[in-house]
Amino acid sequence: MSSEVISSGHSACAGCGEIIGERMVLEALGKDVIVCQATGCMEITTTPYPRTAFKVPWLHVTFENAASAASGIVEADRKLGRNTTVVAIGGDGGMMDIGVRALSGVMERGHDLMLVVTDNEAYMNTGIQRSSGTPKYAATTTTPAGSVVPGKREWKKSISRIAIAHGIPYVATASIGFPEDLVAKVKKAQGIKGPKLLHIYTPCPVGWGYDSSKTVYYAKKIVETGLWPLYEIENGKLTISQRPTFAPLEEYFTGQKRYKHIKPEHIKEVSERVKAGWKELEKQEKAGVDLMLLP
Amino acid sequence: MVKKIAEGSHAVAEVVRLLNPDVLAMYPITPSTHIPERLSDFESDGELDGTIIRVDSEFSAMSALVGASATGVRTYTATSSQGLALMHEVLFVASAMRLPIVITVVNRALSAPLNIFNDWQDSISERDSGWIQMYGEDSQEVADLMVQAYRIAEDKRVLLPVMVCMDGFFLSHTYDVIDVPEDLKGFVPPYKPEHAYLDPKRPQTQGAWAMQEPYFELRKELEEAVGAALPVIKEVHDEFAKVFGRSYGGGAIDVYGEGDTVVVSMGSVCTNLKVLADRLGFQVVRVRCYRPFPAEDVKKALEGKKAVAVFEKDVAYGTGHGALYNDVRACTTGKAVNFIVGLGGLDVPINALEKMCGEIDAMNDGETRWQR
Repeated sequence: MSSEVISSGHSACAGCGEIIGERMVLEALGKDVIVCQATGCMEITTTPYPRTAFKVPWLHVTFENAASAASGIVEADRKLGRNTTVVAIGGDGGMMDIGVRALSGVMERGHDLMLVVTDNEAYMNTGIQRSSGTPKYAATTTTPAGSVVPGKREWKKSISRIAIAHGIPYVATASIGFPEDLVAKVKKAQGIKGPKLLHIYTPCPVGWGYDSSKTVYYAKKIVETGLWPLYEIENGKLTISQRPTFAPLEEYFTGQKRYKHIKPEHIKEVSERVKAGWKELEKQEKAGVDLMLLP
Repeated sequence: MVKKIAEGSHAVAEVVRLLNPDVLAMYPITPSTHIPERLSDFESDGELDGTIIRVDSEFSAMSALVGASATGVRTYTATSSQGLALMHEVLFVASAMRLPIVITVVNRALSAPLNIFNDWQDSISERDSGWIQMYGEDSQEVADLMVQAYRIAEDKRVLLPVMVCMDGFFLSHTYDVIDVPEDLKGFVPPYKPEHAYLDPKRPQTQGAWAMQEPYFELRKELEEAVGAALPVIKEVHDEFAKVFGRSYGGGAIDVYGEGDTVVVSMGSVCTNLKVLADRLGFQVVRVRCYRPFPAEDVKKALEGKKAVAVFEKDVAYGTGHGALYNDVRACTTGKAVNFIVGLGGLDVPINALEKMCGEIDAMNDGETRWQR
């Protein structure tokens, strides 16, 4: 895989959804960009000193500060009289867990930043440990499915809901299974001044235990089941990008080792939550509530 | 030059304004808070060119400065105690990435127990971070160190971050007559990096990871760079003395008085030690530049002396001494003793210092006494 932004020769796994997501975002943004990357697979697979896969300016500082380092970049960039698109990008661990303070800080302060969460639902770089982005019942190395405990016990955290609670002008979800939708959202976000957050679903064949040819399958299937809603919240107004067909969740869970242990009652519980969640989402879209103003 | 009666923190803020950093990060923590407050006053009155980022934590303060400095601009922040400790992880990144960030550390004790008063445990605990560390004796020197710090940090032979340390409350919250320069543009020219900047016209990758061999080499290079900063620190000190008419010994250490016994310390406690040096006939060696440690200068100063006593407001836990003692110990084979004083802001009155100085002769080599 080679592009104008990320060259071939990087060491991301076959079927890595995260690097597909990162490449889609950066190709959509163009070359007048500065990337600030959180520690994780995307850093490790691209920049083994003294080599780099990045053809655009790129900075990595630590795991939990991609957003705050990016706020320094963007303010420095403006002092230099430029208007470069500055993007802070990290995984669910880097942005939703350990880096959530930094992320919240830059959104509240209103820096002109693109914030991208490439979500593969666990700490993959360290060997598939649970994060707040890990879905309920998924097995990870720190939430293994055993004879008593069926994987992770808690629901996944919604980073896009946390983002909109900051009153920022643009929040969107996307999946690499729907590239046109993803690219359109990136381009729209780039044209908006202020903080904007993109939460992108990026399957991980190694962490989830599926065949590496199935990345796009899962990236599409999750949207069809309704488990990963595609929507955008522009100036506080929620618009659903795509209605799910509510394909049976079994079609999504099957073939992923992390859900090998899942029982019909678990699937029923998840399914009910998906349906209830969609009801609320559609209610909110229909009501046209200004989510930026919602106190 | 304008002579002003100014609070130590305000003198620092005034000099920072003149040094014109492009990006400033701010997060309040006692006793450093008066510096960002005064800089905010400047901003509100249209007297500050730089952009202030009012960050969510000290961790984000240092992170934002790494981002800004890596982009190629001049940066500043001030902090104390827990704030510096929270920056710890990023401090090592800043030095290894050779980013000339300058910060003021208003020295304060570290928790626990929580304590807001002055000692040096915060900055001493960062002595191995690859940063240059300078300690001022009074607010005038701290203000002058700020000026010198940017020249040193941004010098192409150095390119390292610098922390300028001032005793919390004793200096930060007290008023003194201070000479504030009117213009610093001549002495500290604008920062134009050639080694590290983020520019879409010439893409750079900064902050790559490294396997064992390059990692080892880069870390060795960092140590060499910190050591190589010492002559530049002295050179900048001497040039500053010529331009502004204020000199602080040789730049790395400040030797005061004459005597067979030498008292070594840092910061504001040295003012009282100097008074006692005149009264009791000993010599004071004030360490101004703690990292890089000016071992050759200290060795020379201690040559042929009867005894050396190190007074310090920090503990190198597990060694039975303070950190400064351990550094000084390595510079002499003669008798060396250690006084741990002023932890958590415990007052170090001149009569207590006098009593301690009177105990030196009767102490055994390597002995540590804790002043209460």
